[in-house]
Amino acid sequence: MSRVEVSPFAGESLFAEYAPDDSFYDEIFRGRGEVRASWSDFLSTIASIGRTELMSRWLQAQEDIHETGIAYNIYDQSDGAVRPWELDLLPQLISPEEWSSLSVGLVQRAKLLNRLLADLYGPQESLRRGLLPAEWLFSHPGFRRVFHGQTPPKGTFLHFYAADLARAPDGRWWVVGDRTDAPLGLGYALENRIVTSRMLSNAIRSFNIERLAPFFKTLQGTLRAMAPAHRDNPRIVLLSQGPSGPNYFEDAYLARYLGYTLVEGGDLAVREDHVFLKTLAGLLPVDVILRRLSDEFCDPLELRGTAGLGVPGLLQAARQGHVVVANTLGSSLVESPSLMPFLPGIAREWLGEELALPSVATWWCGQESARTHVLSQFKPGVENQLSLRSAFRLGRRDAISEDRMRQRNTPEITKLLQTEPSRLIAQEAVQRSTTPVWCDSSPTQWHLAMRVFLVAKKHSYHVMPGGLIRLDRNSLPLDLSVLGGRLSKDAWVQATGPVQEVTLLATAKQPVVLRRSGAELPSRVADNLFWFGRRIERAQGTCRLLRPVVARLTGEGESEGSEELAYLIHCLAEQGHIEPGFAVEGMKDRLPTIANILPASVMDAEMLGSLRHSVAEAHRNASLVRDRLSLDSWRIVHHIERLLMRAAQLQESSEPSSKNGKASDSQKGILTPDEVGALIRQPFGLVELDELLGELVVNLSALDGLIGESMTRTSAWRFLELGKRLERSLHVVSLVQSFSSTSDKEEGRVLEAILEVADSIMTYRSRYLAAVSRAAALDLLLTDETNPRSLAYQLVSIADHVAHLPRNESKPLGFPEERIAISLLNNLRMLEVEDLSIGSGGKRTKLERFLQQVDEQLPKLSDLISHRYLIHAGVARQMSGRGGSVS
Amino acid sequence: MRLANNMKYKVTHTTKYDYDAPVPVCHNVVYLTPRTTNVQSCSRHRLTVNPTPTTHSKRIDYFGNAVSSFSIATSHRLLQITASSSVTIQPRQLPSEGSTLAWESIRNSLATERSAEGLATYQFAFPSPHVPFHPELSDYARESFKPGLPILEAIRSLNERLHADVKYDPKATTISTPIIEVFEHRRGVCQDQAHLMLGCLRALGLAARYVSGYVRTQPAGESPRLVGGDASHAWVSVYCGSAGWIDVDPTNDSFPQTEHITVAWGRDFSDVCPVAGMFIGGGNHQLDVSVDVMAIE
Repeated sequence: MSRVEVSPFAGESLFAEYAPDDSFYDEIFRGRGEVRASWSDFLSTIASIGRTELMSRWLQAQEDIHETGIAYNIYDQSDGAVRPWELDLLPQLISPEEWSSLSVGLVQRAKLLNRLLADLYGPQESLRRGLLPAEWLFSHPGFRRVFHGQTPPKGTFLHFYAADLARAPDGRWWVVGDRTDAPLGLGYALENRIVTSRMLSNAIRSFNIERLAPFFKTLQGTLRAMAPAHRDNPRIVLLSQGPSGPNYFEDAYLARYLGYTLVEGGDLAVREDHVFLKTLAGLLPVDVILRRLSDEFCDPLELRGTAGLGVPGLLQAARQGHVVVANTLGSSLVESPSLMPFLPGIAREWLGEELALPSVATWWCGQESARTHVLSQFKPGVENQLSLRSAFRLGRRDAISEDRMRQRNTPEITKLLQTEPSRLIAQEAVQRSTTPVWCDSSPTQWHLAMRVFLVAKKHSYHVMPGGLIRLDRNSLPLDLSVLGGRLSKDAWVQATGPVQEVTLLATAKQPVVLRRSGAELPSRVADNLFWFGRRIERAQGTCRLLRPVVARLTGEGESEGSEELAYLIHCLAEQGHIEPGFAVEGMKDRLPTIANILPASVMDAEMLGSLRHSVAEAHRNASLVRDRLSLDSWRIVHHIERLLMRAAQLQESSEPSSKNGKASDSQKGILTPDEVGALIRQPFGLVELDELLGELVVNLSALDGLIGESMTRTSAWRFLELGKRLERSLHVVSLVQSFSSTSDKEEGRVLEAILEVADSIMTYRSRYLAAVSRAAALDLLLTDETNPRSLAYQLVSIADHVAHLPRNESKPLGFPEERIAISLLNNLRMLEVEDLSIGSGGKRTKLERFLQQVDEQLPKLSDLISHRYLIHAGVARQMSGRGGSVS
Repeated sequence: MRLANNMKYKVTHTTKYDYDAPVPVCHNVVYLTPRTTNVQSCSRHRLTVNPTPTTHSKRIDYFGNAVSSFSIATSHRLLQITASSSVTIQPRQLPSEGSTLAWESIRNSLATERSAEGLATYQFAFPSPHVPFHPELSDYARESFKPGLPILEAIRSLNERLHADVKYDPKATTISTPIIEVFEHRRGVCQDQAHLMLGCLRALGLAARYVSGYVRTQPAGESPRLVGGDASHAWVSVYCGSAGWIDVDPTNDSFPQTEHITVAWGRDFSDVCPVAGMFIGGGNHQLDVSVDVMAIE
């Protein structure tokens, strides 16, 4: 497949070679070289920016996109490939006149669909008056009777609507798809806008481009106005399918942008027909749910047989009016394409208007006249413009998958057309309009589709001035998903005059109730933050331990260094980075082997606790709580993961290390220059590892800084910190314990190595100018509460965090986890200077016994916290049996 | 045909869930209240749930059934749901076969009637979650539904054949066994037999609904004991034009008169599952159901 280079070039002259096929409508050109009038000023402006500058801005934009992690289903690890969101430089420009006529049609359509929902879930006038065939509704697998009879506030069933548009060769826009369930793509449109407006910031002002923010304000206002209770400050949550869903990025992105809590079904509970958010501090009432989960999956109690993604009892709570769900449960009913043929008649009858925006020509085969027409088209010898598709959509998918339908004319489909025609439609393909895309170094003609978004406002709808444009090489109906296609574009709607800046920040008019608690922390989120903390700390500890090892392995071959190297390798083995066998006597002989296997074992994603594993897990935890981390923190995490991924690819391409080959011939234990050379020549050898470690330490430290300086001190921060402090304590303890089991010949050098690994060597030097002394070093590492790397510092923090975790009750003598933290801290504080001895042979010292205690008690503390806060209350299950056995 | 007298029954339907571990929360939806129909009235109905539900509400569903929802937010290891009802049934008047219209004309009239009642009937002519369309069933049904045959005669024939062809076997199926498998293996319980019959009738374009209820446990006099006592029962009701809805029980090869107590109807089992619920925790659980239908003189 040819490579798409998202066009960094713009301007008329750059498209000189572009020769569009004139059987399509080209958005920019009216034929070879002739630019449409509405585009010419814009193209000149772009051209005036200059090729080099545009190129550099575009590259920057690509970097931004990658760093925010905009990807469709970033979390789909099944194929491992995270699809980057490719964005074209040039936005689609839409004139004010064109937009206003489109808007009229879109608003009319949204109103019509809303009214149709109210009718079908109510009196069903439309069936009785013959506006819609009863067969259509009764054949619809999504017509769940349990949705019938709901009375949402203000009669709004459709709060949020999206339409897919395509422009035909005559220049008219056609609706090719309606999305009424839980439309996707809004987050992508927003992100495209942010990136594009950064690239072309002057143009967006000088061409009076409409902003998107007012649309989001309307969305917020509409949802707030729906709240059945707490009208002044309702709790609104965004219900997501979670990371298993294809749109998790978008969900997290929108939740953060709109300021709503991102929840999954398991985070909500229904009690007494009211919906609550399960948090560490107990149940908090929820007033409005912005639903991003298909209605099919929202209530496993009443919609039996569906996956456990939803909230048991939600539908009843909504029926009672105790919670408002947007869109109303059941709204997916009218997004089936088989509805299209009936819309003009319904518009005429109900609104007294013609349908302003036509739908793509569609025949529902459930009607005899339509079926006859379709069958006549599918005769051999008849050139046919129609494609057969599933008539109905269910759970955001075609009820008969597109894949199965592609095998049309196979006996199966022909049979279906005869036996169950109501499950099929035939649709004319719109020859979609085109736009130039830079591909294989020349501009080629790609086809375009546009998704536009509407939100309910009072008794009408607000159209978002803009949209999500996607491009593909062919003009096939792109109905799989608007997130299909290979490229994306922003849509710029020109205003007639200057555009006002709008911000999503609350205006002075709206009084805001000050909140500081941040208690709204679902256990699932706390769990991920805790483990995120542990893993980034583990990664940092590993880097700091590996660095001196790698430096010594690649450095000058001096046997004097071997004592501390032995110690460091012992630590590596203790912490599970290499086989314990490497750390025993005769280790010297094995150095070449260690040098050889180290890069591979560090990059071993399968090995629990390896650097690669820790980073991958930290990235996974972070991606699950993306709405809780600042954008910059996420960027660093994402960047670190990319560094590791790149290194891992290099490492895999390295020659298989010759474990028993020539390296073992070396009896000296020190690498010969040849051996070092061989290692260096590997694509991923010690040198690359060293560079990687350096870069990782810097990034991980930056992450520490962000956590320390940018996170408010809520429970979320405490859980993250708790994870970090626990891990750091264990790391220090392990360093000191390993020391006690090494011989004391080169004590000074070993102590220096410990201080180096524990990032405390500078402090030591500033305090003690002399050679390293055991007691002084141990004090700095263990008992000095002012050193943020010391064990004492960690235990003080742990005790503080544990004491401040949210609790509903109090216990006179404290909770078990509090008692552990306090007792460890007290024991440490009770140590005297003379106790700071270690490895005196034979009997274990007081210090060693204490370290042993820390090593045992901290994992216990971690378990206690997990049990109290982090383990899910459990997933709801279906009662078994035939609901009471049936004869 | 000899008409029986009115019958009065006292029905007790108990469902017990016994859990290994405590259940802190459960939500339930139950269809346990007998419907009022033109031949049936319910003079007393009581739903008792133990432990006492935290919330309890009742509504009438799309098909006109009474559905109760309740949830329990106190920790429990045993959940017991008991529905007791007193029901009076008049004998269902079965018209003579010859007086019923040809089945095709009844089928053809379905699509033309757009009144609320007409639509409520028409919906039962379409596939439903447990009863998808299968052309095989249409072929099977056509052996009974010969062209021009009065509908009741055709139904009787289909009922006889299904009863003879599908063996009653409580071990052969689960609730998720597709009807086409039941059709191929020719074994199942009343639910499967009802679904299969619905599949046959709807494949021809006729309107037929699934009826959930009970049959009398101890039959009167000499009559043979009916299958389906001591548990919920299920049968079918077919729309027969001016003759109205006629109940037919493929499990017992009979046309119910006074021994079938109707609780609820829908397109299939999924619309009227007697007891459905979700719970948290609980470990393994054991289900125990008992139904007692007592005739009161």
